[in-house]
This record gives sequence, C-alpha cells and structure tokens, in this order.
Amino acid sequence: MKSPLNARNLIVALVALGLLLLPAYSAVTGNIFILTLFTRIVIFALAAASLNLIMGYGGMMSFGHAAYLGIGGYAVGILAYEGVGSGFIQWPVALIVSALYALVIGALSLRTRGVYFIMITLAFAQMAYYIASGLSRYGGDDGLTIYKRSDFGGIIDLSNRVQFYYLCLACLFGGVYLIWRIVNSRFGMVVQGVRSNEQRMQAIGFHANRYKLVCFVISGTICGLAGALLANNTDFISPATMYWTRSGDLMVMVILGGMGSLFGPVIGTIVFLVLEEVLSQFTEYWALIMGPLLLLIVLFARGGIMGVLGRFSRG
Amino acid sequence: MLVLIEQSLNGLQFGLLLFLLAAGLTLVFGIMDFVNLAHGSLYMMGAYFAATFVAWTNSFVLGILMALGATLLLGIALEFIALRHLYGRDHLDQVLATFGLILFFNDAVRLIWGPAGLSLPLPAWLTVPVQIVPGVFYPAYRLSIIVVALAVAAMLYFVVMRTRIGMLIRAGASNREMIGALGINIKLLFTLVFGLGAALAGLAGLMQAPILTVQIGMGENILILAFVIIVIGGIGSIRGAFMAAIFVGMIDTLGRAFLPDLLRTVLSSAAASTAAPALSSMLIYLLMAIVLVVRPEGLFPASKR
Repeated sequence: MKSPLNARNLIVALVALGLLLLPAYSAVTGNIFILTLFTRIVIFALAAASLNLIMGYGGMMSFGHAAYLGIGGYAVGILAYEGVGSGFIQWPVALIVSALYALVIGALSLRTRGVYFIMITLAFAQMAYYIASGLSRYGGDDGLTIYKRSDFGGIIDLSNRVQFYYLCLACLFGGVYLIWRIVNSRFGMVVQGVRSNEQRMQAIGFHANRYKLVCFVISGTICGLAGALLANNTDFISPATMYWTRSGDLMVMVILGGMGSLFGPVIGTIVFLVLEEVLSQFTEYWALIMGPLLLLIVLFARGGIMGVLGRFSRG
Repeated sequence: MLVLIEQSLNGLQFGLLLFLLAAGLTLVFGIMDFVNLAHGSLYMMGAYFAATFVAWTNSFVLGILMALGATLLLGIALEFIALRHLYGRDHLDQVLATFGLILFFNDAVRLIWGPAGLSLPLPAWLTVPVQIVPGVFYPAYRLSIIVVALAVAAMLYFVVMRTRIGMLIRAGASNREMIGALGINIKLLFTLVFGLGAALAGLAGLMQAPILTVQIGMGENILILAFVIIVIGGIGSIRGAFMAAIFVGMIDTLGRAFLPDLLRTVLSSAAASTAAPALSSMLIYLLMAIVLVVRPEGLFPASKR
C-alpha cells in the first residue's frame, strides 16, 4: 500500500536534487539571476515550512507569521547598525527574540480559537509592524540598510553567492528535517492529536495548550532564522517585511503546496515565486493571472499540489 | 477645546465610515460563515467607479449613484461566479481564494485606470464650512458623511430588525440549514446579502474618496481595520460592529491628533513625531488583543450558539 516510489516522493526527490545542483547549473550557464531567485525561494520555503508546522500539524492558523521574518531581520539589522557584525551573536539573538515574541503572543493568542485566532495573530503582527515603523533610529518606515552581512569569522562567507545559497539550503533542509522529527515524535503526535480532538487529549491527561504553545514557539523560532537569512540576502530590512500581505503570501505558499505535508510548503513556495517571476516577465500585470489562478486552485485542487499528486499516485 | 470638538467629529465620521465597511463584512461573515478578504477591494472599486462616473456625467450625485449601483452589481457578479462555491469550505480556503481576488483587483485597476491615483473633486455646495455651534465651523462634506452613514445605519437596523428580508437574514445567521428546509431560497438570500455588503463597502469607498486620493491598495489597510472592528464587536453582530466602529474611529483619530503633543512632553520632538503615528496605529490592535484575551467572543456577541 505504502510504496516509497510514488509520484509524490519522486517529485520531492527531484526537487531536492534540483535545489542541490542549482549552483552548478548557474555556474555552467552563467545565469546568476536564477541563483539569486532561488536563494530567495529557499529562504521563503523555510518560512513556509515553519508556518506549516503550526498550520498543517498543529491546526493553528497564524495570519501573522511574517512578523518573525521581520523580527529575525531586524535583530540582524539593528545589531549590524550598532556595530555588532558577528553572526555568532546576531543569529542567536534573532532566534531568541523570535522565540520570546512567539512565547508571549502564543500564550495570549492560544486563549482563542478558529477565526479569532487568525485575527489575533494578525493583530500582533500588525503591532510589530507599527513598532518597526516607529523605530526612528533604525529608519522608521523607510527601513534599514545593512552594509555588511553577518560575519562568521571566515568559516563561511555570506557575500559569496554560492556559499550563501548553500547556507540557506542547509537551513531549509535542516528545518524540514527538524520538523519531520518533531512531527513523528511523541510530542508531535500529541500536537496532532490536539488538532483533531482537543477535548479528548485533555481528557486523557495532556495539557493541550502547553503542547500547542511549545509548537508555536518552535515554529516562530524557525521563521526567525528565515528572517535573519532574508535580511542578509536583501542587505535591507523594513517594516514592509512584516506587512499582513506578506503573512498572506506565506499562507498561500503553504496551502498551495499542501498543508500538513512535510515537503508541500517547499513545493508551494517554488511554484508561487517562480510563477510570480515568470508571469511578471511575461506581463506587467502578473497578478491578473495569479489571482484567478489561486481561486481556481482553491476551487478545484483541494489539498494543494501535494494533495493532487497524492490522489494521482493512488490512481 | 475647538480642536477637540473638531477631532471628535472627525473620529465619529471615520468611525461611521468604518461601520459601513464592517457591516457588510460582519453580515457576510455571520450569515454565510465566509471570510471575505476581497471586501477591501470592493471598497476600492466603489471609489474608482465614483471618480470615473462623476467625471463622465459631470454630476456628483448622479455619478455617485451610478457607482453605488456598479459596486452592487460587481458584488453580485463576484458572488455568483466564484464565491458561492466557497461557502461551507474551510475558512483557510476562503482566505486563500479571496486573497487571490485582492491580487486580481489591484492589477485590474492598474490596467484600467493606470498606476497613478485619481481624485474625486467635490462640488462647490459641499465644500462650504458649516457652523455647527457658534464659532465652530466644520466642512459640509464631512458633516454629510456623518448624516448619510447614520441614515444608512438606521435603515440597516430597520431592514434587519423590522422587515421580512431582515427576519430571514437573522434566521440564516442562527441556522442556515433550517431556513433552507423551510423553503426559503437560500442561495438568492445569500446573493442579496453579499450584494448589500458590497454596496455598503462601495459606499464607504466612494464617500472616503474626496478626502483621500483614490489609489490602488487603499482597501487593504482599512480592510484590516474592519476585521478588527467585527472581531471586537462580535462576529455577525451589526450592533457590535456599530459600537466598535465608532470606538475604533475615535481612538484612531484622537490618537493621531493628540498623541504627538502628548509624547513631546516626554520625548524629543523628532522622536515623538515618528513614534506617535506608529503608537496610535498600534492602539487599535492593542485594544483588539485585549478584547480577544478577555472576551474571546467579542463585546457584543450576535447569538449564543
């Protein structure tokens, strides 16, 4: 019944291989653009994968996940601005601040359910957005330019395109592996149990909210890492990174790829961003096609791309 | 004191405008259980239609009436073609689909009207200041927004509470399947409610248009405010939306007007002028977070289910 060789796994393997070999392709063809595009894709894929952990497995629909991208990014940007260039300080700070933020807003948000949860996470992300806009020392609305990428003492050079790409890819694969381990651990089983029936899990003695909160914090921390990568990639951080449409983009990537499937968000991100890129070369009005396409996907392709592939491979 | 009166009126006017937007959203949400992110796009379309039709007809009133009708038709068409297939689906699917619609409308507007914003000039009879109390003048147009919005709110209350259609709407909000089983054409009812919500959003957009510029993305910020309002007020509750909208409009306007001066007493003037707008925008979200933590069902929940 569960043969490892089905259409879905084949595609996942091909995509992973493609991501690994991409710098080689870029070097051979001299196409630098594709490398920069995919660096961005890999970073967003990590953010989408982290969102999938709480949305797909934990049943927590966060509409404020872009806040972590901003927090991770601002941690790097502000430290760089204040003269702390070492990545060994910047990145742990980015992770810790993201985790703390997730802990606080998670503890408050998890008191609500359903649509109210969607709205309260959105509200907190908007607050973070406005706090960033109010940071006059760090550029306020205009954002903050990062003149020097995080310095890892010669171990890895972030200004080197290929090295930076592989760092991002390593973070993505590491993140997906971590999520896979979490999902299949006892902890992950409890979280998924809570998603399908919270009362029953409470009744057999699990503190449902504690499990959900820990899951929420892990997800936020991973996304904070994506934020640190993103800031290094663009050499710039601004409040726009946290705007609610960005959170919407992340949700779209997850749902497009297939919520609650391990590799789905990665595929979703690739499809979303490549489509955006291709359509925008084709026509200035790419969203005119992208928008209805999303609508059609929702109407006719339940479970996203991975869901369709799963149905396909089952025959 | 004069400033306080003027700003309070501005807050009331903004709150009423937000109510028009939130009323449609909360009706659609409460009755069809449908999360419509594209509601802000209808607001934007209302403003664009108004700017276009007023320029065509050279008549402010005629243009605005045409714009209202156009938004109503657009809403009904949207519901008929796409959105009715999404009722009963997961909220997340609805968020995704209507997010796609936002993308679509923004680019459609850019294609049709170009990337630059439009402006909707007021006729002369609406630009005169009106003396409301001795010594206090207030722009006639803003005053007329207050009057129109209050009238619409009263009408909405009458329609929902006192008419047969309203009875069906309320019945639909508490039990959808039941009124379908009783032989009511529920699809038609839903289409009507959605069209009504679209028209209200369009009305809000076209009334706001002369005050701000008509531009792409104008619906997005205000959409989130409308969501905040219906969550604070309690989803599906028109009365809650009304109270919360006035509240939010006041906080936002008064915060923007008085926070900078207040902050200047403790901060340097430069820091205060950047921090104040951010802080006053935050106040609303802070309010919503507090309401949700203390009363997750909102302040005026529509019905106990």
